[in-house]
Amino acid sequence: MDSKKALIDKLQKDILLWQGYKAQPAGKADTIGLGQIESAFPNGVFPKRAIHEFITFVPEQSAASDGFIAGLLSQLMKEGAACVWVSTSRKLFPSSLSAFNVPTERIIFMDVAKEKDVLWIMEEALKCEGLAAVVAEINDLSLTESRRLQLAVENSGVTGFILRKDAGKKASSIVTARWKITPLPSENEDNLPGIGFPRWRVELLKVRNGSPGWWTLEWEADHFKEVVTEKVSTRIFGQEQRQIG
Amino acid sequence: MSKRYVSIWFRHLLADWQAIRRPELKDVPYVFAAPDHGRMIITAVSPLAEQSGIETGMRAADAKAICPGLEVIDDKPDRAKKLLRGIGEWCIRYSPTVAVDDFSNDGLFMEVSGCPHLWGGEREYLKEIVSRLKSKGYTVRLGMADTVGAAWAIARFGRVTPLIHAGEHAEALLPLPPEALRLEQGTLAKLQKLGFYQIKSFIGMPRSVLRRRFGEGFLLRLGQALGTENEIIEPIQVATAFQERLPCLEPIKTRRGIEIAIKRLLKKLCLRLQQEGKGLRSGVLTGYRIDGKIVRIEIGTNSASHSVSHLYKLFELKIEQIRPALGIELFVLDAPKTDDVDAAQEAIWSDKLGMNDKSLIQMLDRVAGKVGPNVIRRYVPDTHYWPERSFKKSLTITELPVSGWRNNKPRPTELLSRPDPIEVMAIIPDHPPKFFVYKNTRHNIVKADGPERIEREWWLDAGEHRDYYQVEDEQGRRYWLFRSGHYSDAGRYQWFLHGFFA
Repeated sequence: MDSKKALIDKLQKDILLWQGYKAQPAGKADTIGLGQIESAFPNGVFPKRAIHEFITFVPEQSAASDGFIAGLLSQLMKEGAACVWVSTSRKLFPSSLSAFNVPTERIIFMDVAKEKDVLWIMEEALKCEGLAAVVAEINDLSLTESRRLQLAVENSGVTGFILRKDAGKKASSIVTARWKITPLPSENEDNLPGIGFPRWRVELLKVRNGSPGWWTLEWEADHFKEVVTEKVSTRIFGQEQRQIG
Repeated sequence: MSKRYVSIWFRHLLADWQAIRRPELKDVPYVFAAPDHGRMIITAVSPLAEQSGIETGMRAADAKAICPGLEVIDDKPDRAKKLLRGIGEWCIRYSPTVAVDDFSNDGLFMEVSGCPHLWGGEREYLKEIVSRLKSKGYTVRLGMADTVGAAWAIARFGRVTPLIHAGEHAEALLPLPPEALRLEQGTLAKLQKLGFYQIKSFIGMPRSVLRRRFGEGFLLRLGQALGTENEIIEPIQVATAFQERLPCLEPIKTRRGIEIAIKRLLKKLCLRLQQEGKGLRSGVLTGYRIDGKIVRIEIGTNSASHSVSHLYKLFELKIEQIRPALGIELFVLDAPKTDDVDAAQEAIWSDKLGMNDKSLIQMLDRVAGKVGPNVIRRYVPDTHYWPERSFKKSLTITELPVSGWRNNKPRPTELLSRPDPIEVMAIIPDHPPKFFVYKNTRHNIVKADGPERIEREWWLDAGEHRDYYQVEDEQGRRYWLFRSGHYSDAGRYQWFLHGFFA
């Protein structure tokens, strides 16, 4: 039985290799702090040379996505590099990012009038090797545009985040991972009154060469923490159930 | 090296200008007239009208009596000066220092030291200017000499040659009338009365005598013409310290040609900048078209740079704005604003990530060039509790925060620029509400934190304080609500939704 599993694992790794996914060198494979979620990605490593798309339908979801992205940025910007945040209608509150360990003064905001300019800036920024990440709030993204962005990312190694504020329109893009972050009721220890750490249902709707799934995650002061609940066994993908307790 | 000056005299400046604009006036005598004390006084005369004996200063009515077919055109003050400025800008192709003649308002001065050899000598240089201006429709007379005054005199009163060789200007002035010295009317009348019809008749007199009779102004003008007094002309465009020029043999009208021109100019300019340890902060490329128009594109950088490839990329974004029309014959690249570049620092930081990163700065320059510099913002914390004022725009790209970001109080990741009014139901005063209605959706509040009172900064603006609550509804959606004003003031408070928590 074990030998069979080992064989399948090896075959999967080989397939990845043939498709151009190289295993990270041993020392460099630093984690992004997502814990169990990282195993959903090929080779079990969060792809930094990639475009991640976050789809949101309501402002509550985009606020949660902002928080989740900020948590990722805190790891990506650790080395001292800057980040670019491009938008046409930005609502992000700069003073809130410090709660996610993000050095806000190293984020360069660009508020432009046209979506076309957002795309142009994002592509230029993704080509710029001195950056850690680029976050762009875009509503429409065509196949060609997403491919251009992917090419830019592969050369420079900058992580790209696309935040689609109006995901009602289904866009066909070739992003590496598509996420959906929904806020969940928070919980305090020992049932103390008040609101606890922000808790989200993190859904990985699509991931190239990986396995999609969903998790419950909390941001605890300076790191992500996966919340394991009793209902975790009922992993029915895509079900909009209410997850309390 | 002695200086050389050219004076250009437009004999019929306004009349020529009018003839260019309205070719149908070619066979009609016409004058310009402006009202003065209730009469129309002639200010400029066309060559045809001049032949029939009309002069400036006459009354328009008298002139019409002399010449029945005369057309009178209204003159505007300062029209001549504006016209001269325009022609002067065009003349920058011959010399960087061009000034408008303030004394008579009908000519230009150019400081041409070191320029004529580019056109194959002084004689060819003058010929080129005259023929080019003539082809445009202006009749001019030139004078070239070692001083501004002598050039002015030769252009207007010289009878032999417009070109006075270096050191010969004093001799050339001798047979000219005293008017050639740019004197005032009163002084001229005195000289006339005393019988001084030529400069040579009084130039040998002792200075003390001349000063007693004609005043200090007379000696100043005489000195300026002879070169013993210094005369400063005020150029139309002040030449910048870092400027490169590229005259073209053939007019350039293709994109490829313009690209090559920009690259060549940048190479020369950047070499100079590098040698002096400077970097460009703003650059202007000016193209002089053969039809007399001037095209211009500008770039700016966030930090001083003397990298050819980077600056070229910035210009490349704007090449489309250049309309070459029939062709551009001269490119001028100016660097009006430069800064010091610390070469040592550049080497140390080149491979370090951060706000000083070279590729980042260059990317920002490109964005600023294409979309505009005001879209790029960076925020540093400001010492205010009021949420909208808790951050401020950073002035430079490397400014470091003076105070730290506060994170002891919960703040929403998304903040509405204008708080949205909501309907709430609260059972106990100063407690979080039971539920609220936002955009026709009812949210039952399960958990809440607060209140956090934030006082309005009365020295900045007037209004009520805010009591903020962080609330969570039964679906886990978290909001930032506030009540503006005290609870007790019946009807004077209002609830708002201000943000969304992560």
